[in-house]
Amino acid sequence: MSLWVDKYRPTSLQKLDFHLSQAQHLRNLVNQGDFPHLLFYGPSGAGKKTRIMALLRELYGQGVERLRMEQMTFTTPSNKKVDIMTVASNYHIEVNPSDAGIHDRIVVMELIKNSAQTHQLDTSGQREFKVILLTEVDRLSKDAQHALRRTMEKYVATCRIILCANSISQVIPAIKSRCLAIRVPAPSHQQIVAVLQNVCKKEGLSLPSELAEKIAQKSDRNVRRAILMCETCKVQQYPFTPDQNVMEPDWQIYLRETAKIILSEQSPKKLMDVRKRLYELLTHGIPTDIIFKGLLTELGKSCDMALKTKVAELAAKFEHQMHNGSKVIFHLEAFVASFMSLYLHYLEDSVGSSEPFLTLWGQHRRAEAVGAGASAVDASKDTKEAVTCRRPNACRPPPRAAMGKTHSWLNHGLCR
Amino acid sequence: MNATENGKCSRPRIWNLLSMQAFLKTGKISKDDAPKPTASTSGKEKAPKKPTPWVEKYRPRTVDDVVEQKEIVSVLKQCMAGADLPHLLFYGPPGTGKTSTIIAAARQLFGDMFRERILELNASDDRGIQIIRDKVKRFAQLTASNVRPDGKPCPPFKIIILDEADSMTHAAQAALRRTIEKETKTTRFCLICNYVSCIIPPLTSRCSKFRFKPLGEGMVRTRLEMICKEEKVQCEPEALKMVVETSGGDLRRAITTFQSCARLKAGEPITNQDVLEVTGIVPDEFINEIIESCKSNNYKEIENCVEKVMLEAYSASQILEQLHDQVVRSDVTNDMAKSLVAEKMAICNHRLQEGSSEFVQLIDLCCSMASIFQLHPFC
Repeated sequence: MSLWVDKYRPTSLQKLDFHLSQAQHLRNLVNQGDFPHLLFYGPSGAGKKTRIMALLRELYGQGVERLRMEQMTFTTPSNKKVDIMTVASNYHIEVNPSDAGIHDRIVVMELIKNSAQTHQLDTSGQREFKVILLTEVDRLSKDAQHALRRTMEKYVATCRIILCANSISQVIPAIKSRCLAIRVPAPSHQQIVAVLQNVCKKEGLSLPSELAEKIAQKSDRNVRRAILMCETCKVQQYPFTPDQNVMEPDWQIYLRETAKIILSEQSPKKLMDVRKRLYELLTHGIPTDIIFKGLLTELGKSCDMALKTKVAELAAKFEHQMHNGSKVIFHLEAFVASFMSLYLHYLEDSVGSSEPFLTLWGQHRRAEAVGAGASAVDASKDTKEAVTCRRPNACRPPPRAAMGKTHSWLNHGLCR
Repeated sequence: MNATENGKCSRPRIWNLLSMQAFLKTGKISKDDAPKPTASTSGKEKAPKKPTPWVEKYRPRTVDDVVEQKEIVSVLKQCMAGADLPHLLFYGPPGTGKTSTIIAAARQLFGDMFRERILELNASDDRGIQIIRDKVKRFAQLTASNVRPDGKPCPPFKIIILDEADSMTHAAQAALRRTIEKETKTTRFCLICNYVSCIIPPLTSRCSKFRFKPLGEGMVRTRLEMICKEEKVQCEPEALKMVVETSGGDLRRAITTFQSCARLKAGEPITNQDVLEVTGIVPDEFINEIIESCKSNNYKEIENCVEKVMLEAYSASQILEQLHDQVVRSDVTNDMAKSLVAEKMAICNHRLQEGSSEFVQLIDLCCSMASIFQLHPFC
């Protein structure tokens, strides 16, 4: 008994539910017997992987579905062993090189070398090349991407590389120009509804169109999530009713509650609570960009336009700093702390404080620049002051912010 | 029966092939073998085997094929007529024919032995200071004769091509200085780069510099039309125009795009939509929608808009680029506001480069644009 998502995953390019003209293009590509390296990109749950597997099946036939897991071990120049899981069939091998962390370069190079150096002896009835499927390429380090570009060219005769990424902003231009990029946009609401109806029909269930519509709305145009939600609904209650409650992923609810806590009270005590909740999210493996996005959307709801701009600016700043640093919690907390102090002033301002808001913000920023060098301990002490103290003249830098910044600077220094 | 016949047939073919190779190498041919018809069939057999990239297939074979770069072509022609060749430094945007020019020139100068006479190193080869010291120096020190094996005269030097020289380390470049001077008798260097500012001054002063201009749209167009005819690809004139426009004078990019489209369509005519899809260019409606949402100064609208563009899987850096073009060209706001927007864009682009989340950065940019548009109302 498998999940609906796996059970009803289309297995061939003909059976895909949406982006049909693209599927036709892909078929044309495969029918020519040879294709360049490919780069699939699109948001999660748009069907990138489904398309890749369908493409491989079209290329090699049933054989690609006999998968086996393999553990591969690579040795770094510093004699460290890196273990990585791969999924392989006789014709292709799939790896997520970002699993190897900072050693992704060695994984990419060795893996391609290993599998590309073996020539197919008997090419009759088979393809001359194997396929290497690398997922989450946008998380690869720049170093690994540069290594990839050389290896890609070198072994083009014996292997084709299919890359899969969520966004291509993080992929270096050299790789983009060597691949045929294939954009997989998220399906529209109607397409999701159609998919859901289809799945339910195959299961022998009747799905009211209102409920399907509701699920599609809540799924963020993510087919996988939509089908999972639909299955959850079925488990909860069947027959379906149009006004049935649709379960959201619990981290979404959790994130929303966290935002509510931040808005309810701005004090060091609450900041501690928020920190606990952030840790909770992080330990459950929620990616930080989703946390930032979620917080930004939720916090933005109860601000006016001017403040929203400021919040967006803050989020952008700390999100960026986070990528330079290595401890994400600092930067998340820095964002929350600065938002708290910003929001507090905003509230004060709206009840009619004498101090104009903008000059306050100016002081804030200046102080922050000075305070950036403050040691971590001072910084955390400052937090409490800054958040509790409502006197404008005693306004200190948002100290978590300072800490976040110092942290990212430190890291930067170390890297160079 | 059939099989034996095939076996009989294929053996003479192999022999012919071998003799063809010998012929290519020595320039001589013995009378008794290589009857013409079999030679042509062997050529035919070879051709469809590997589909080569069109970029390689249609690379200029001679210096005369190089388009639009008059100065360098005239210098190289003089050299072919017997004059001396200076050290060269080619610079210019990608896809303007820098590498093609020098390779074509070498082919003409040295004929069949051009493989032995050139050393080509590009950024993907390891090019640290060690390589410069060992490989380049050793190659440079070899002497070269001034006659070809077939008796024709040829210039008595070798050419070292350092492709993508701007990505060489400064130390490696510094190590080159003396080598260039010392080995002038036997070796000419050709440095190729995109940005001449990344080459250290001592090197630039040792070479004669040639700037490669971006190709004009007409030029790119005729080239593509030629390929179109040669490869029997059907293409709507609109789509061809689109390829030319998006290439921005980069012929390689234009040809690659064109081939990708042709591969995807497999015989059907190429349309505008396909070109957009392959190049990853964001359709103008989306860009205009973003600008409209910024003008409305409504956060909800901005958020929806950004969310939508992200779900369509357009890349944020591409959006930034096009947004920038649109804002700079448009007359919705004054110069002050434009410069402010450009500054914000620069920051966002930098952050994106360092791996920030696309959604958050775009929201930030749009919000700032909205507030800038508010402060500087449209004239």
